[in-house]
Amino acid sequence: MKVAFLGATRGMGRALARLMASRGDRLFLLGRSLEDLARSARDLEARAGLGSVGVAACDLERPETFSPALGAAEASLEGLDCVVVTAGLFATQDALEADVDLAQRLLLVDFTNTVAFCEHARKRLLARGGGTLCVFSSVAGERGRKPVVLYGAAKAGLTRYLEGLDHKFRAAGLRTVCVKPGFVKTSMTDGLKPPPFAGEPDGVARVVLRAIDRGTPVVYAPGMWRWVMLVIRNLPRAVMRRIGF
Amino acid sequence: MPLPGREIRSEDYESVTRGAALSRGLGRSYGDSSLPARPEDRVASSVLADRILGFDPATGVLHAEAGLSMQVINRLFLPRGFYSPITPGTQIITLGGMVAADVHGKNHHRDGTFGAHVRRLRLRVADGRVLWCSPTEERDLFRATIGGMGLTGHVLEVECVLARAASPWLWAESERIHDIDRFIEALKASAREWPHTMGWIDCLSRGRLMGRGILHRGRWAEPHEAPGRVPTPLRRPALPFVLPGFALNRFSVTAFNTLLYSSHVPRVKRGIRHPEAFFHPLDAIGHWNRMYGPRGFTQYQCVLPDSAGHGAAGRFLELLTAKGGASMLCVIKDCGAEGIGLLSFPRPGISIALDIPIRDGTQALVDALNELVIAEGGRVYLAKDLFTRGEHFRAMEPRLPEWLRIKRQWDPEGRLRSAQSVRLLGGEP
Repeated sequence: MKVAFLGATRGMGRALARLMASRGDRLFLLGRSLEDLARSARDLEARAGLGSVGVAACDLERPETFSPALGAAEASLEGLDCVVVTAGLFATQDALEADVDLAQRLLLVDFTNTVAFCEHARKRLLARGGGTLCVFSSVAGERGRKPVVLYGAAKAGLTRYLEGLDHKFRAAGLRTVCVKPGFVKTSMTDGLKPPPFAGEPDGVARVVLRAIDRGTPVVYAPGMWRWVMLVIRNLPRAVMRRIGF
Repeated sequence: MPLPGREIRSEDYESVTRGAALSRGLGRSYGDSSLPARPEDRVASSVLADRILGFDPATGVLHAEAGLSMQVINRLFLPRGFYSPITPGTQIITLGGMVAADVHGKNHHRDGTFGAHVRRLRLRVADGRVLWCSPTEERDLFRATIGGMGLTGHVLEVECVLARAASPWLWAESERIHDIDRFIEALKASAREWPHTMGWIDCLSRGRLMGRGILHRGRWAEPHEAPGRVPTPLRRPALPFVLPGFALNRFSVTAFNTLLYSSHVPRVKRGIRHPEAFFHPLDAIGHWNRMYGPRGFTQYQCVLPDSAGHGAAGRFLELLTAKGGASMLCVIKDCGAEGIGLLSFPRPGISIALDIPIRDGTQALVDALNELVIAEGGRVYLAKDLFTRGEHFRAMEPRLPEWLRIKRQWDPEGRLRSAQSVRLLGGEP
């Protein structure tokens, strides 16, 4: 599989990219810092013991980088079967409430610009006759919740967009995989208190790769979060107002 | 027990080390060497900085970020014919931690400590600069950093040489031996022929049976002896909860030790072993520390030099049993030559490592053991130490003034410190 990967330098993206490389998938890495990308590329090459991994600059805050970056990936890989997006911005609700500019930036990166990137990816995949678009949304988008009012709103929008893509383009060959990670112990959540069922990046990577292979449209990772969110989605508002979750 | 302070985890470990008092890897040191001296001291965790930056299959040279674990190295590179150059009891340790403690393993008598296999280190020193050191560039800094417990700088990247394995399996022998003098003789005799040796001894048995135990020795199997497949990583069950403090007592430990010793039949066993089972027995059960109850345990590891003469290990065991130190696992190993690290632990002699459950009398027990070790001319291993007093440490470390001179040159304000360094060397806590 030939994969363009936005966000492979950190967290769950790093774990997923390593898993893909270890089974022989060919990767091309997109991200903000060329120096950091090069280090991750060397890591994937050494772990997989395979050929070289290419990189190109791509920043979710600079939409003009999207098309050239995907073009570079497609040219270098001589094809494109899958685009993965794990990149995004995170901040706590307290930090976002205190700083409206930060909130606006987060909404722009996690919704508008991520969708714009996916539009470029969608067009390239469909032009080749189809492929897989795997995007990391979040369980935070399942319900309006006190600790993730703003982050959750952006992820809810992203989830809906991915659902729409799946309905409209699956018949044309585009397989959309919307990943909804629960709490996963990464640098993004460092310093937050892990709830029960907190996951590890390697476990998430295995679940996501299986979903990519099968074309599962929605996947919770770790899987337990499907049931946690089933309960949360069905709680009455009166309860949601009282609990802190 | 709530720990003072909190470690900061980031893939961008290099930035986090700016202004940090200490770095910490996977936290397998038994004492307070990876804990901050004050709650407000910043501790940088290296575990997310685990990228491999280069590997040359022609030479075995590996260049990686400091948080890469030995377990990942071994699992990735054993199928390609390489293994960690030294093999401590656990492989859930980082490259940075291996440098800081200058760890050793079953092949110390032949291959020395990890420092002997390090080519270069990339360090952030106390004034914030990032630089490389090696046996030829900034040699003093390099010697003070190998085994320097992270007190000379944050280890950011390590370049080391992996060892070649003839096959991915071990050919191993184990032998039951019934007293300490014969044990040490057999250990030294095995060392001449075998690259990997170590022993487990029953340190509760007294009199004629004192120091009875099981000696392990091994070498990489030749391709024609080994199974054709690559060993799959071992699954490890974990102890799911903390056992009550009374679970380990004189009687249960005696029963365990007796069972372990007497069930080793025939006297000598031979065969092919899985490398993880042979090299890293501590990883067989996850969270095994929970066995020691809510107060936990400490380790005590010392080396008794060859200059102490015949019988030093026997005198140590006599003192231990007289003081009632109930140790479940007592590991014995003959050490080879001293390495390049100025505070590196091993030196030619016999090393003994014990688990000591923490009780009210643990400080007095460690003091008594340390006094004997000083009298025999030996020293203790800082990666395992929680109770040694500053004056005892100074008495067993004639190399300390030289190390302190280099430490002061690179860190005149004492910015890099741990709970252990303040306990042993003084300084503002």
